[in-house]
Amino acid sequence: MGRNVCIIGGGMSLWGVRQATARDLYQEAGKACFDDVPGLSNKDVDGLLVGSAFTERSNFQTHLAPLVAEYLGIKPKNICCRVELLCASGSSGIILAYGLIKSGLADVILVTGGEKLYTPQRWEVFYSELGTGDHDFDGAQGLGLPPPFFSMVAQKHMKEYGTTEEQLSMVSVKNRRNGARNPKAQFQKEITLEDALNAPPIVRPLKLFDCCPVTDGAAAVIIASEERAREYTDKPLVYIKGTGQASVNNASANMPSMTTWEALKIASQEAYRKAGVKPSDIDVAQTHDCFTISEIIEYEDLGFCEKGEGGLFVEEGRSDFGGDVPVNTDGGLLSCGHPFGGTGIRQAIEILRQLRGDAFKQVEGARTGLTHNLSGLTAAHTVLIYGRDV
Amino acid sequence: MGFEKFGQVSFTSQTRAAEFVDYLEKGEVRATKCNECGRVFFPPRADCSWCMSSNVEWLEIKGQGKIDSFTKVNYAPTGFEKDVPYILTLADFDGIKVFGRMNKEISEDNVKVGMAVKVAPLTLSEGKITYEFLPA
Ligand SMILES: [Zn+2]
Repeated sequence: MGRNVCIIGGGMSLWGVRQATARDLYQEAGKACFDDVPGLSNKDVDGLLVGSAFTERSNFQTHLAPLVAEYLGIKPKNICCRVELLCASGSSGIILAYGLIKSGLADVILVTGGEKLYTPQRWEVFYSELGTGDHDFDGAQGLGLPPPFFSMVAQKHMKEYGTTEEQLSMVSVKNRRNGARNPKAQFQKEITLEDALNAPPIVRPLKLFDCCPVTDGAAAVIIASEERAREYTDKPLVYIKGTGQASVNNASANMPSMTTWEALKIASQEAYRKAGVKPSDIDVAQTHDCFTISEIIEYEDLGFCEKGEGGLFVEEGRSDFGGDVPVNTDGGLLSCGHPFGGTGIRQAIEILRQLRGDAFKQVEGARTGLTHNLSGLTAAHTVLIYGRDV
Repeated sequence: MGFEKFGQVSFTSQTRAAEFVDYLEKGEVRATKCNECGRVFFPPRADCSWCMSSNVEWLEIKGQGKIDSFTKVNYAPTGFEKDVPYILTLADFDGIKVFGRMNKEISEDNVKVGMAVKVAPLTLSEGKITYEFLPA
């Protein structure tokens, strides 16, 4: 069974269009993370994992982990490397840290993740995006940017289940309202349903506020054995209870279904099973709202509601504060932005705060939380479950 | 060599599945079929991903397919800017799913989910070649 593993602290850089390099962002995030755990210093960390997808492209820096270690004053001795699973790079790092600590190969790992995406070469990100699917076949024909793919997903879900554009917009209104409280979010302004419905189209039926932005940013967390966690903090301990990461296809044509994400069902079932909990036990969740339609499908395939009822789930307020399971309580990708490798870490920080009881807006009495990332054109799904109880 | 001819923008020159381009130049869009387990793969693969057999043959995708979904791209990735707008389409040929573009002359209003299409090679400028969907 191994040891119990805790997440004991976390912090983020400011996310957005930043006048800052990647190393500046990792340094900001690392400092915020150490500030969150006053009993722990960078000298106590024995491992480092860095989640980043585009570091060789927009940051033009390979061998990233030693650079981050140097800038954060960490001298890792058990692990020091980068992890890549595009939009789930950060949560992949947390899963690996969990495994390394559980098995006794390391005791205290800092997991950070982030991207620098705004560069003087503005074409760079939209060139590298072609490499996120099947580069040789799909990329060669111009499928690479996510909005067209997710527009196909949205059209199909609307046709199959009657999901409406209003329901899509309700996801962005909710997440923008939550993000307005988050001082690190890229967008900290609420929007109205009218704003969302009247926004310029991106790819029908997706409009401006249905899509997450391009973002510079980084985030960091400390993962430690329970024994070591008790040395560093007297705040309530939050345990990693279960994980799952699944892929059933890469090329978009090979998805078994665009509207039921099989890999998400597999990843979440694995995580629920390992954690010994059911969907109805989840008190708060951060899911991958890269597009509003994604969050709606995630309610369904995570088991928060029946298949096809995701639109109704947001419309009835069941994913808002006071509902069945508040989702994206820190604003999600739609408000915070999406520096790929940073997103899973940001989600973990919000769950940590919610379960510890010191969130910007608290889900009262939350004891069990979930994070979910999809990556690529839904080619992989990653789920982690955290809890106040082991 | 040979595969650098494939696509509006190509990223690869050498591949064990380069015969795909030779067939396109002969007017055929082909998938690979495993002679051991019978599974068909598109895009084509040199080995079977199911049973790992290298005993695979080239199978022409012919006849009518059905549009599964489509979307009109107004903002393209780097390198495709002058192509927009174009309609990305996923079509199902009796269980073989093919992703590609709709013929440039077909307007979005005339594309429907469930519509019958065929897939055919399309010769581009500078010796390049790809495939596209046409109403069947
Ligand atoms: Zn086979």
